[in-house]
Amino acid sequence: MSGAGSRKASSRSEGMRVALFITCLADTLFPETGRATVRLLERLGHEVDFPEEQTCCGQMHFNSGYAREALPLVRRFVSAFGDAEVIVCPSGSCAAMVREGYERLAASEGDEALVAEVAEVAPRVLELSEFLVGRLGVEDVGAYYPHRVTYHPTCHSLRALRVGDAPLRLLRAVRGIDLVALPEAEECCGFGGTFAVKNADTSIAILSDKLQNVLSTRAEACTALDSSCLMHIGGGLSRQRAGVRAVHLAEILASTEASAA
Amino acid sequence: MSRVPFPEAARPALANPQLRRNLGHATRTIRAKRAGVVAELPDWEELREAGRALKERTLRHLDVYLEQLEAAVEAAGGHVHWARDADEANRIVAGLARDHGADEVVKVKSLASDEIELNEALAVAGVRAVETDLAELIIQLSDDRQSHILVPAIHRNRAEIRELFLRTLEVDELSDDPAELAEAARLHLRRAFLRARVGFSGANFGVAETGTVCVVESEGNGRMCTTLPPVLITLMGIEKVVPLWSDLEVFLQLLPRSSTGERMNPYTSLWTGVAEGDGPSEFHLVLLDNGRTDVLADEVGRQTLACIRCSACLNVCPVYARTGGHAYQSIYPGPIGAILTPQLAGLDEAGSLPYASSLCGACYEVCPVKIDIPQVLVHLRGKEVAARAASPARARLDPERAAMRSMAWVFADRTRYERAQKAARLGRRLDRLPGPLRGWTAARDLPTAPPQSFRDWWRAR
Repeated sequence: MSGAGSRKASSRSEGMRVALFITCLADTLFPETGRATVRLLERLGHEVDFPEEQTCCGQMHFNSGYAREALPLVRRFVSAFGDAEVIVCPSGSCAAMVREGYERLAASEGDEALVAEVAEVAPRVLELSEFLVGRLGVEDVGAYYPHRVTYHPTCHSLRALRVGDAPLRLLRAVRGIDLVALPEAEECCGFGGTFAVKNADTSIAILSDKLQNVLSTRAEACTALDSSCLMHIGGGLSRQRAGVRAVHLAEILASTEASAA
Repeated sequence: MSRVPFPEAARPALANPQLRRNLGHATRTIRAKRAGVVAELPDWEELREAGRALKERTLRHLDVYLEQLEAAVEAAGGHVHWARDADEANRIVAGLARDHGADEVVKVKSLASDEIELNEALAVAGVRAVETDLAELIIQLSDDRQSHILVPAIHRNRAEIRELFLRTLEVDELSDDPAELAEAARLHLRRAFLRARVGFSGANFGVAETGTVCVVESEGNGRMCTTLPPVLITLMGIEKVVPLWSDLEVFLQLLPRSSTGERMNPYTSLWTGVAEGDGPSEFHLVLLDNGRTDVLADEVGRQTLACIRCSACLNVCPVYARTGGHAYQSIYPGPIGAILTPQLAGLDEAGSLPYASSLCGACYEVCPVKIDIPQVLVHLRGKEVAARAASPARARLDPERAAMRSMAWVFADRTRYERAQKAARLGRRLDRLPGPLRGWTAARDLPTAPPQSFRDWWRAR
């Protein structure tokens, strides 16, 4: 990590051109996560580009055994983002799908040309906290969020991308926040894509332990890097009328004194 | 064993508070213990990589190492038998027991023998198998099934065990004190050890270079089985061979730390053929295939054969911790079972197991030989989907396949995708989803599509 000065949002004058990989889930169901990501990146002085040809990365298809159906989505992603210098995604699992899954998928379907294209574009995909802390070296993004918050590290950001404590570094620098540790944080929330419906009872059993841990922190909000896990955790909290919100990290980081007012 | 789908098989365990508590407590405890002893080793990651590489090389030249092992065992005075499948292996073992006029065999815990249902086959041949591992004995006496690779009776508590021993062992008085329970079992087993003409064991490792077989255990009962009876039969899966004696240096560090969370297991038995006046005078090694060469033929699936049966993956698995082992309906439960069982028994038989995972990756992270379990799970899902698609009648009536294909069609085109987003917004809020999706709304509210998608906002700003 470089000196304290470079960690200040205001001190980073050199803006980058960032292609936003929004994910189909955030685009359709959680647009505020996307808007927050744009506001945040622009506030930090970067230019955001949104390639409108993007749809879905194909993770659900691939992880459910439908690699053949996912293959056109890999091609689509590569052509939509081929030129981008850096591709930022507010989802650990979708970023991991491109970085880890794409090459494997293209290879398993025997498309060597696509394997080569994927090898070009995949390393340029970064999850939001990776981009901020790892690439830009920023921890204090100038956010203000006067709430009690607990952080759930999602499995793919933790174990596939290995984002480490980057999200916590960002959260610790948020003004007004009361950040509380989540017990057994590194346990899966039980979402797992189609697992949540195919093995609904087991998924809910895992979720119920996660919710107990979230509630034990008396946090107002549970945050994470993935809209999918948050949809699952938030869906459980909402069903219980728990009075705790599931909030994407981008939304916390995008909040400022001005927006909170 | 005829299997029911995993989601159905999991239900009784999920609804059993005592079981959930026992499993949660046991897996959390052993997980913490493992993490502690692993953290002590500065070269743990290098050890894992060494274990993985050794297994990979061994599997690549499995034929060579197995023949080396055979020659070395025979040179040391042992006999080697090759068993293509469970039937052949059972016939060999039962035949050897009968040849020696034995109506009883003392056994040290062996997963491979449970895989081939050896005890049942021996019973048919008029030979009684006596399990001597304490937990295995508990399972056998209560006519129960194992639920964990390392701790087969993890689902039982000591009050239940006291009641079982009072009913089945020759004891009049017994408390639920673990030491007293162990003593009752010890007295019972000691008689069996002294009686037995034939001992039986599995194998953790078989060294090709020297012909040495290695069994690791905690109780010492295994060593009784391998040293007291005049005849010893060992059943070993063909993937358990290691090339060199020095390779044990890696595995004997990886295994105990990963499985029991100990720096070293209490008993490590190593024997090479037979030795005059020391231990059994006759030794038979049965090498078991039973589907393993088919697993070896699958480029992605073959890493499953690197498994050293430590069970670390069970103890970190969020699914296993809630459902326990019985839901997997196999001697191999948990994440490793979810990839091994369908490959050994076939996807027709165990096609729901590769889906019994949230793909959280905790198993891969702790695996001492770096088996990428999530990768194999996804690979097997692909094979399961392909098998369903291969039958036109089944494929037509498959709602999941239809949904996946139509979603792929929508996502493959921007206009269709954007139209689908609009349609999602028009749909009213659903409290209960229909059909196969109803599991979502069983305990989770469904988000509603906001009036403006992200891309609509982007275009309008």
